[in-house]
Amino acid sequence: MASLDRVKVLVLGDSGVGKSSLVHLLCQNQVLGNPSWTVGCSVDVRVHDYKEGTPEEKTYYIELWDVGGSVGSASSVKSTRAVFYNSVNGIILVHDLTNKKSSQNLYRWSLEALNRDLVPTGVLVTNGDYDREQFADNQIPLLVIGTKLDQIHETKRHEVLTRTAFLAEDFNAEEINLDCTNPRYLAAGSSNAVKLSRFFDKVIEKRYFLREGNQIPGFPDRKRFGGGTLKSLHYD
Amino acid sequence: MSFLIDSSIMITSQILFFGFGWLFFMRQLFKDYEVRQYVVQVIFSVTFAFSCTMFELIIFEILKVLNSSSRYFHWKMNLCVILLILVFMVPFYIGYFIVSNIRLLHRQRLLFSCLLWLTFMYFFWKLGDPFPILSPKHGILSIEQLISRVGVIGVTLMALLSGFGAVNCPYTYMSYFLRNVTDADILALERRLLQTMDMIISKKKRMAMTRRTMFQKGEVHNKPSGFWGMIKSVTASAPGSENLTLIQQEVDALEELSRQLFLETADLYATKERIEYSKTFKGKYFNFLGYFFSIYCVWKIFMATINIVFDRVGKTDPVTRGIEITVNYLGIQFDVKFWSQHISFILVGIIIVTSIRGLLITLTKFFYAISSSKSSNVIVLLLAQIMGMYFVSSVLLIRMSMPLEYRTIITEVLGELQFNFYHRWFDVIFLVSALSSILFLYLAHKQAPEKPMTP
Repeated sequence: MASLDRVKVLVLGDSGVGKSSLVHLLCQNQVLGNPSWTVGCSVDVRVHDYKEGTPEEKTYYIELWDVGGSVGSASSVKSTRAVFYNSVNGIILVHDLTNKKSSQNLYRWSLEALNRDLVPTGVLVTNGDYDREQFADNQIPLLVIGTKLDQIHETKRHEVLTRTAFLAEDFNAEEINLDCTNPRYLAAGSSNAVKLSRFFDKVIEKRYFLREGNQIPGFPDRKRFGGGTLKSLHYD
Repeated sequence: MSFLIDSSIMITSQILFFGFGWLFFMRQLFKDYEVRQYVVQVIFSVTFAFSCTMFELIIFEILKVLNSSSRYFHWKMNLCVILLILVFMVPFYIGYFIVSNIRLLHRQRLLFSCLLWLTFMYFFWKLGDPFPILSPKHGILSIEQLISRVGVIGVTLMALLSGFGAVNCPYTYMSYFLRNVTDADILALERRLLQTMDMIISKKKRMAMTRRTMFQKGEVHNKPSGFWGMIKSVTASAPGSENLTLIQQEVDALEELSRQLFLETADLYATKERIEYSKTFKGKYFNFLGYFFSIYCVWKIFMATINIVFDRVGKTDPVTRGIEITVNYLGIQFDVKFWSQHISFILVGIIIVTSIRGLLITLTKFFYAISSSKSSNVIVLLLAQIMGMYFVSSVLLIRMSMPLEYRTIITEVLGELQFNFYHRWFDVIFLVSALSSILFLYLAHKQAPEKPMTP
């Protein structure tokens, strides 16, 4: 089989929110039977058709790096985790809909991953407080996924979903809410599946097509006119 | 009248302790979790409050604050409440929350939690049989029976923690034991980790592609699940899925390797941080303390061995002994009563504060290490149980460190317990715990590549 191009997507979130179940569902289309503690990082691969159904369809490997642990870990564990944050093309932030603190910790998780390339005296001084400017010029696509939707009672659902909508807006990201033990949430054709597909497409674009445009400095117009219709597509 | 004033003082202090326990719970233990069942938080804070009140009563005893009869009353009441909590409430709630986690038994939660509690009571009672702790003339549900058993468990815990702490403390403080770690070591290990991850990824890519081609061809790969699944997979299986299971086994081995490498790297980072810390002023201070504590630890082990071998239990407490020595051998005369009161207050106060602080820190570390969002309730209640038993047995053992006139209240309230037995038991478990910690740390130290620290 021909070797395909690849992109790297991190899956971050507090322990126990369901990252491993989610990754298993995304990659193997099956529910994870016996979830257990993730030590270090576990990787799985999803085969994704970029621009499915169009003539430019191309298959890519999407590597989902499921990094275990908590935001409050010792700094030695954080330094070890940092080795996984190299050359990341996309980030999926996972939180537990039944646990507000896991949603709040997402800010700190994203800061930890995004500030990988800054000097060590960089941004963690803000104590994880949200700073919109850091996310304004962020180039890495984000996706917010809320799990354990089935455990939210009908009456509270509206309140919870409003809160998560604000959360996703803060990150300038799409959001999906689902239950990792039920594959029907990601059934083909459902709105969740469409959002997921769009997210992966965006990640692939930023990685492969924006890069080709940037390789020719001083000719910014090439991005618009050169290379055919593909390159103009990254302007939303 | 004075009884009312005393009681109001006691109740105010209890409310203060309750508030402290509540804050500790919210800020430290449950930092990352949401408290959904407030019962758990209340139980934890109540246990903490009543345990601290016991220590407060000891201090009041030494300083002769409050009326002596009201002190006695509060002792009795406090003890009853704490025993009620430790033997009835907390175990029942632990059983209740364990049962709530299991989906099958959800319907008859109460019934099953009662069953669990009865099992606990049975084993708790049986605990008292092999130990010579009581004279048989006491009734079944008397305070002495309950306290004696709680005391055994608590003293075991104390001795275990004490033994491990006595050995671990110098080991962590002293920089003699630090392995030399260079940046090159860490980089090399990280590179190995990333290489392993790459190998896992390439295998997973093959698996994903195989699954996709199988799916497109219409075959479905069912992982052999359950007994019949395995039997079926022996006889009939598509070649694609055989390939998959082979690769899956290789991936499992590689994943185990990656976990090991991750933990080793984290360990190296931690050691590097400790090396840098040891070069600071604070680090040097702790290093010095470490030498001091190692001498103390060796002395304690030696004393425990002597106590066991020669079957002796110290009759006098350190305060009186110290005063005796100064008066008799050094010839310094001073007001014995006055000084013995103040010195024992300070000594007992230090012991109490350090043991509370040490226990809370240990509990927090333990909680972070093993809890998850599902089991956090059960674990916190277990910790509350351990904390309560620990504090009750500290009261038993602290009796030894106090001069005779202050011991009377404890002896009066706790009844005729064989205090000597508890001290002997403490010594035995302490010795066992300290020696096995030394062995354990030695083995763990030998595992890592030895490179001496260049000063």
